[in-house]
Amino acid sequence: MNRFWGFIRKEFYHIFRDARTLIIILGIPVSQLLLFGYVVNTEVKDVKLAVYDQSKDDVTTRIINKLTSSGYFELVKNLDSDNDIEAIFKKGKIKEVLVFEPDFAEKLEREGSADIQLLADATDPNVARMVAMYTQNIINSFLKQEQPLATVPMQVNASIKMYYNEQLRSVFLFVPGLMALIMMLVSALMSSISITREKELGTMEVLLVSPLKPIHIIIGKVIPYLLIAFVDSLLIILMGNLVFNMPVNGSLLLLMGECFLFIFLSLSLGILISTVAPTQLIAMFMSMIGLMLPTLLLSGFVFPIESMPEVLQWFSAIMPARWFNEIVKNIMLKGVGFMYVWKQTFILLAMSVFIVFVSVRKFKIRLM
Amino acid sequence: MIRFNNVSKSYGDVQAVSDISFEVKEHELFGLIGPDGAGKTTLLRMLVSLLLPDFGSISLAGCNVVGNYRKVRSLVGYMPGRFSLYQDLSVEENLSFFASVFGSSIAENYHLIEPIYKQIEPFRKRRAGKLSGGMKQKLALSCALIHKPVVLVLDEPTTGVDAVSRHEFWDMLDNLKKAGITIIVSTPYMDEASRCDRVALIQQGCILSIDTPGSIVQTHGKQHWNIKARERYKLITDLEAWEQTASVYPFGQYLHLKLKSGGAGRNEIIAYLKRNNHEQIEACEGTPGIEDVFIDLMTENDKKQIEA
Repeated sequence: MNRFWGFIRKEFYHIFRDARTLIIILGIPVSQLLLFGYVVNTEVKDVKLAVYDQSKDDVTTRIINKLTSSGYFELVKNLDSDNDIEAIFKKGKIKEVLVFEPDFAEKLEREGSADIQLLADATDPNVARMVAMYTQNIINSFLKQEQPLATVPMQVNASIKMYYNEQLRSVFLFVPGLMALIMMLVSALMSSISITREKELGTMEVLLVSPLKPIHIIIGKVIPYLLIAFVDSLLIILMGNLVFNMPVNGSLLLLMGECFLFIFLSLSLGILISTVAPTQLIAMFMSMIGLMLPTLLLSGFVFPIESMPEVLQWFSAIMPARWFNEIVKNIMLKGVGFMYVWKQTFILLAMSVFIVFVSVRKFKIRLM
Repeated sequence: MIRFNNVSKSYGDVQAVSDISFEVKEHELFGLIGPDGAGKTTLLRMLVSLLLPDFGSISLAGCNVVGNYRKVRSLVGYMPGRFSLYQDLSVEENLSFFASVFGSSIAENYHLIEPIYKQIEPFRKRRAGKLSGGMKQKLALSCALIHKPVVLVLDEPTTGVDAVSRHEFWDMLDNLKKAGITIIVSTPYMDEASRCDRVALIQQGCILSIDTPGSIVQTHGKQHWNIKARERYKLITDLEAWEQTASVYPFGQYLHLKLKSGGAGRNEIIAYLKRNNHEQIEACEGTPGIEDVFIDLMTENDKKQIEA
């Protein structure tokens, strides 16, 4: 037991004496969260709007007023002809053009329906989809307000309702994914580098020729990073809450437990990498390209899983971050209990056991 | 204490060690001497169970190093060739880490390392990465000794260390030997051979000779001449061109010249050199040192290899 504590103490010395390590484990979570929270922002706010109103009646005016007073839209220009539409999109400032058909109010009155054309700049498809949706919702609510008693109200496509994130606040979607990404970074990257560093510097040679068993070395390497990554996850939850008002609707204890499990899994992935990689540089590449990139792309963090090709969906199923993402979203936003996330938890647990088993088996007790 | 039986090891096409057998006795200071790439490190790594031999077997204190590697690892103190301590840990932290890894403590075996550690103790708060070469070696030796090993395995401990520190280092090894520790040490410096009880001369994975330094010189030593003249370069080329010459190589300020058997005497050498317009000629008989013997053995071996 004594030799074990000696090992862990040594690991902490390494961590706290290396400025680069400290920056990675403490600086990156904070800066990433702020970056993603503020910069990668798909929120709809002050969207530049142009209107081609061929009717110019009382109803269209009120619809436009309703849109601009919502805070989401800003009326920039009134157009006079179809030809102006393309020109104005090309300038790039306008994100949406609203076209009312002639005699809009009259038609609505007479036939109970009138046409609006919604043109959105789809160079950023996510934003475009959201802008269109917002417009529809605002117009629908306007019509309901106007004619609460109408039997056949004007229909504008499907009615879409957003659960859990009514304002479509993107930061709520980013925090869980970001947690997975940062845990992966701190745990897998740092632990794989710290083991390959011993190989590179030749200290592994001395460690091997000692009574330490592989499992001692592995656990001795894991525990310090487990604690640090755990502090990181607390930091992210705290910052998400204080800076972005991200709620924790479910049990904090359950959330922490799941974080712990995911960190452990990431650490064992790091150990697995270090059993294969001969140098720090290779370990870094393997963690970055083999773990971080798929985590970023396939976990549903940036791109929705449902819209991936089927093959990639299978890949995403073996990404631990995908399941962790679901767990965190469920706990933080929906506020559900363990009964709703036990399946994902079980998958993560099974993955951990498997990877730890393989790592210990693959850990070399000799040099070649 | 240590026994190598017909041990061979190759890395791909390169035969690093071929069919080597030897024995190291208890309380012996045994030296593996040979140039870089001779196979010394491979031999020692196999001994401490870091590498598996392709053929043959190795035992240490009665334990097979392959089957019983766990036991072997608790018996040896190993100091690898490159400096392999934690550069970001202080002297004291390194030492206490390695003590704790072996389930021991600095206090427990302080008496064993005291003569060595005392010299670096004033710097015990300094990071190991900031020590001088000689101090690093002392620290590494202390770390290898802190768990009171039965056998000490040192891979080129004096490479890159200044002459004074090297001398001190060998004095320490002498003391450790007296304290009852069996030591096997490798070195590329042939002059260090005389500090060992017995040495094995290794080249290209084979043992050329194995004996006490004294008897190696006695059996293989050949008479040679120390030659000096004003124009050193011309001297070498002229002597190389002479049909009587067996070998000639620079050694300090002299050239060591060996003649073919039944060859010429001093007068003939001087006459030959005078014919070639040399001035200030000095020529005196020299007794062979261990380095001369090694160089002879290795050049002979090289010739045999080329012929084969």
